[in-house]
This record gives sequence, C-alpha cells and structure tokens, in this order.
Amino acid sequence: MSQAANQEVGAGPGGLGSDRDVVIDVQHLTKRFDGRAVVHDVSMQVRRGSIYGFLGPNGSGKTTTIRMLCGLLTPDEGTGTCLGYDIRTETDKIKRHVGYMTQKFSLYQDLSVRENLEFIGRLYGLERPRAAARAAIERLGLKGREEQLAGELSGGWKQRLALGACTLSGPQLLLLDEPTAGVDPKARREFWNEIHALAADGLTVLVSTHYMDEAERCHEIAYIAYGELLVRGTVDEVIAASNLTTYVVSARSGESISLLNQQLEHKAGVDMVAPFGTSLHVSGRDAAALEAAISPYRERGDLEWRRSEASLEDVFIDLMGRARDNFQ
Amino acid sequence: MSQIIPSGTPRRVENAGFWRKTWAMLIKEFIQLKRDRVSLAMIAIIPLMQLLLFGYAINTTPRDLPTAVLLQESSDVGRSILAALDNTRYFKVTELPRTEAEFDRLLASGKVLFGIEIPANFERSLRRGDMPAMLVAADATDPMAAGSALSALNRLTQTALKHDYGISSSEPPAFEIRAHARYNPAAKTELNIVPGLVGTILTMTMLIFTALSVTREIERGTLENLLAMPITPIEIMLGKIIPYVIAGFVQATIIIGIGVFVFGVPLLGSIGMLALLTTLFVATNLSIGYTFSTVAQNQLQAMQMSVMFLLPNILLSGFMFPYAGMPRWAQYVGEVLPLTHYIRITRAIMLKGATISDLRYEAIALVSLMLIAMIVAVTRFRRTLD
Repeated sequence: MSQAANQEVGAGPGGLGSDRDVVIDVQHLTKRFDGRAVVHDVSMQVRRGSIYGFLGPNGSGKTTTIRMLCGLLTPDEGTGTCLGYDIRTETDKIKRHVGYMTQKFSLYQDLSVRENLEFIGRLYGLERPRAAARAAIERLGLKGREEQLAGELSGGWKQRLALGACTLSGPQLLLLDEPTAGVDPKARREFWNEIHALAADGLTVLVSTHYMDEAERCHEIAYIAYGELLVRGTVDEVIAASNLTTYVVSARSGESISLLNQQLEHKAGVDMVAPFGTSLHVSGRDAAALEAAISPYRERGDLEWRRSEASLEDVFIDLMGRARDNFQ
Repeated sequence: MSQIIPSGTPRRVENAGFWRKTWAMLIKEFIQLKRDRVSLAMIAIIPLMQLLLFGYAINTTPRDLPTAVLLQESSDVGRSILAALDNTRYFKVTELPRTEAEFDRLLASGKVLFGIEIPANFERSLRRGDMPAMLVAADATDPMAAGSALSALNRLTQTALKHDYGISSSEPPAFEIRAHARYNPAAKTELNIVPGLVGTILTMTMLIFTALSVTREIERGTLENLLAMPITPIEIMLGKIIPYVIAGFVQATIIIGIGVFVFGVPLLGSIGMLALLTTLFVATNLSIGYTFSTVAQNQLQAMQMSVMFLLPNILLSGFMFPYAGMPRWAQYVGEVLPLTHYIRITRAIMLKGATISDLRYEAIALVSLMLIAMIVAVTRFRRTLD
C-alpha cells in the first residue's frame, strides 16, 4: 500500500535471539472500526527486558494496537503471541502476566490509594494483598497518602499510583499507554528512571508517547501513523534510515523566518520546513535538490545557514507527511 | 488574512441574543435526541404502554375470579348453582376440591379467590323451606377484588334459582348465603397495600442499584482497566450483586417492620421463610438490573430501561389493581414479573400464614427469572472493548 510502510531498519525477525527472548511477536495485525482500518498490517517484535517506544500522532492506532496485545480487542486480521500466548485464544493467560496502564486514569476515583491496590492484589490472586499493597505504597513513595481517595490525587501522584497498580502483581510485561501525558517534567524524569530500573530487573516495557525526549530514552522505537507502522529500530538507525538532509537557518527576527517559511514550503526539493523560534529547520530527502532549492537564499546577509543532523522530530514529521501523501 | 478576520467590530444583535442562543441549544438537543435511539423509543413506547395498561389491563370490577366449589352432595340444585356461577362473568369455577382441607389449602395458596361450599342435604333442606346456608369464603387480602364480587353473588344466585325453579322474586330467599371474608375480615386496605408495597419499593431500589453498575464503569473509564485484569464476567456479576443483596435485606426488614409495628399488619407465617423468599426476590431484581446494565450503552439508558421495567411491575403485578381482574394477556405478562410472585408470597405469608408448599410455584418462578436474567447478563457482557 505505501512504500514508506514497514521500513526494516533495525533487527528483523532473523536478527532476534531465540523465541524465549521475544516477548511480543505479532504479524499483520489489522483492526477495523466501522469498516475503517484503524490499525493496518502492523508487525512487531519486542525483546525481553527492552524498553520499546511506540510513537505516533494522535489517532494513529497506538492505543488500538496496545489493546490488541493485551486481549482487550480482537484483531480482524493477523496473528501473534504475547508472552508466548496466542493473542486471539489465550487472552486469559496474557492478562495474568501483563500490567496495563491505560491512557486515561482508570482506577476507582472513589476508592482510596490503599483500597485500589488491595482490590487489584486480590483480583490477581496475590496471597497477601494487604501486604502487597503496603509494599507498593512504600515503594511508590505514597506513604501518608494511602487513605486519600484516588480521585483527589494530583496528576503526578495519580500516575505513580497507576504505575504501582499495574506492577503490583509482578507482571512480565508492562504496556503503558501515554503514561506521562499531563505530568510535569520532574515527575516525568522520575517516572522514566523507574521504567529503566524495572527493565533492568528483566521486565519488558512497551510505552507509547508523544515526547521526543522520551523516545530517545527507549532501547528501540516504532513509529506508527494512520494505522501503519512506518519505521522501527534504534533511534540512530531510524535517523540514519531517513536519509534526510537538514539545514538550520537562523534570522534576527521572527518575521523574516515566517516569510522564509512561506517561500520555502512549496519549493521542489524541500520536503519539510519547521520554525523553531527565530530559526527554521529545512529538510529534504534528496540532498542535491534541497541544495538547489535553497541556494538563492543562502546569499542573503540576514540569514545564517548551518548544515545539521536531522532530529528525531524532523524524521517523524517527514514520515507523517509522506504517509499522509500516500493516504490522501 | 483579511478574508478570515472580518474588518471592524463584529455586529451583535443585542436583544435577539437570548433567542438565538436558545435556538442554538434547541437545535443541538434535537440532534442529540435524534441520535439517541433509546430516548426516542421511550417517547413513543411509554405513553403507548400506559394507555394500553390503564385502558385495557386495569379493571376495578374484576371478572372471572378463580373459584373453588366444594360440593358435599351431588344434587341438581348444587349443579345448577355451579352453572349459574360460571355463567356470571364474576366467577370462574376452576377447582372442585373433595375435602375441607383441600378447600382451605386452595384459598391459602392464592390459587382461588373464592371458595363456595354447598353442604350435605342442601337440596332437601331447600325443598323443605328450611333456609339452608351456602358458605362463601372470600380471600379478602385484596378487598377491591373481593368486594364487588361478593355483593353480586347474592343477587345472581337468586336469579339463577328463579329461572330454574320458577320461584318468584317477591318470595323471600329460599336459602341463606353465609359470606365469610377470610384473612382480612375488616377489609382494611393497608393490610393489602403494605405487603405489596414491600415488593414495590424493593423492586425500585434494587433495579437502580445494579442497573448503573456496569455503565458507571464504562463511563468512568474503569471498565478498561477491569477487563485488562484476570477476572471473568460471572465474577464481576456476582461481585456486583451480592453486596446489594445485603442492602436489600436490610431495606426489606425496615419496610416489613414498619408494616407490622406501625400499620399493624399481621405476620401469621414463618419469619424465616419470609426472609428467605425476600432474599430470593431481592437477588432476582438485582440480576435483572444487572442485565440492563450489560445491555445499556450509558447510565441514562440503564435508568430508562429500569423505568420501563418498573411500570408493568407496578401496574400488572396485582399491587395496584386486582390481578384476577386483568385480561388473560395481561396476566401472562404479570407472570413473568418478579413482583407478581413476591406480592403473592408476602400476602400469603403475612396474612394467611401460608407455608413453603403453598408457595413453591412462586419460589420456582423467582428462581427461574433470576437464572434467566443472569444467563442473559453473562452472555451479553462484553469481555473486550470491540
């Protein structure tokens, strides 16, 4: 369907170790809602102990894919396993070993921190749910707040509680759906330190996010747009595979940048223009064509041109633009 | 740029603002209503249902009241009275018991509302002019049902005899009708209302408790988390029903307590059995409410379904209007409503001192309704978010 789809830049299935090391292994997943494919032909493998970043714009199919992985949605097409269990027929077993943190806070607002954790502990059949809840409260630094209603917690604390809830039963795989949306930078950083600590203990983490700095903290990333998995691999592999040539133009005033933005936007050879304050990122997939397009402007005294490495964000915006061209 | 932002200050219509905004709101509400199929259906179905129920099903002068006749002698007069009873539209002879005990049991279980006993040597006494007595026992737990039929009885049997034997109406009556209002001789309406009210209040509260339980989880977003955890639909259902069984039991105790101590309703039967069958009734209603919850898309729909279910419960169960007076189709509808059975249970236990063997049919009916509701709920429950 799309030439951009499924660029194999990282380790393909052959490059992975034995089956024991592959926690998620799905092929050609497709999900339709009312005849519209929300996820189309997505294949992915995730290694044990890795932090796998799942990136893409809003409505790209990230949540739908995660829900198919943990048995909340049944794929219309495609097959696969999660923790070695079939995602179609063995969802009960998957649920027992997966911790899922939903995008929206989905614990009981009218239960206290302790009551929520004890409830979850009992559902997973933990032998001593009270002790497990107490330990989790300690670990999460929620001590002193255990009797507070979950609905009264601030965003950052809610997120900590949700993370505590989905790790309570000692899962082998964590599925985190935009866990840091609406959380302040400090709490975000602490959260990611926690994720790395969990992964170091052998837990596999699949995390969806919008934030580029978070993507860079993942061992491996996959980018999905319009339901298609466009690229996957390590951050460096993804950037290298994009073949983007990027220039950063700086100007003295924002006005001349806006003007330049408008002028360059539709020039042949320029695939993407993005303003950043008083500078502009100009990228193109064909280096020669890009040079030709910008050469008239390079002579201008008020602009300062500098060749630069494409950022992850440049790569993703370019991928999205290409995907849109293919779909619209 | 100039095309997007109009030049000059935008014109405001100061006084029309209110109507414009109202109009905007009205259009929005209409669009939403158009998309809400359940509300749309309710608009049509509720008045239709009420009209049909009030217009056809409810009849304060009941017809075809089930009647048991105990014939202590086999005589022409006896048979003639029997035929006359059947010919009136008030009574319908449904049972012919052989013994006094069987006769009493039929009345206690509520299978018949009237019992007519024609004693031995009735015909001989009649011919001799000894004024024999015909015993008419009426189940007066529902005074409205019993009253009009009783008053009609005297007149109608006299007419029947006149036709058959040519006794003129100017003559004094040839036999005496000894009417006996059983269970509620003073025809106090609270004795009828209170036991029925127990069930009606329980139906209302129990339905709402569980009808919102699953839709609330959907609306608060907690269902997604719940479904991602290892729990089965049956576990979810029982976990949601059982706490309210206890709540319902407490509620029932309060209502029955007030009935007995404030309104002076007797409690002739066993308290233990009343408690047991009340618990069963509470569980049945909770199951039905839970079923609505699994079918409804949101809390509003669940509420609407509960109201739709409550309405026939109140009108067709025999709570407001005599069950025996309803047409056949309405009685069939009444049979599948838990309140119908529970009202028979409370009236029988409290006012008649009925035992479990008298009420086994009602108990089986409640268990069946509960199981059907639970099976529907478990099969309807969506285990995924598809």
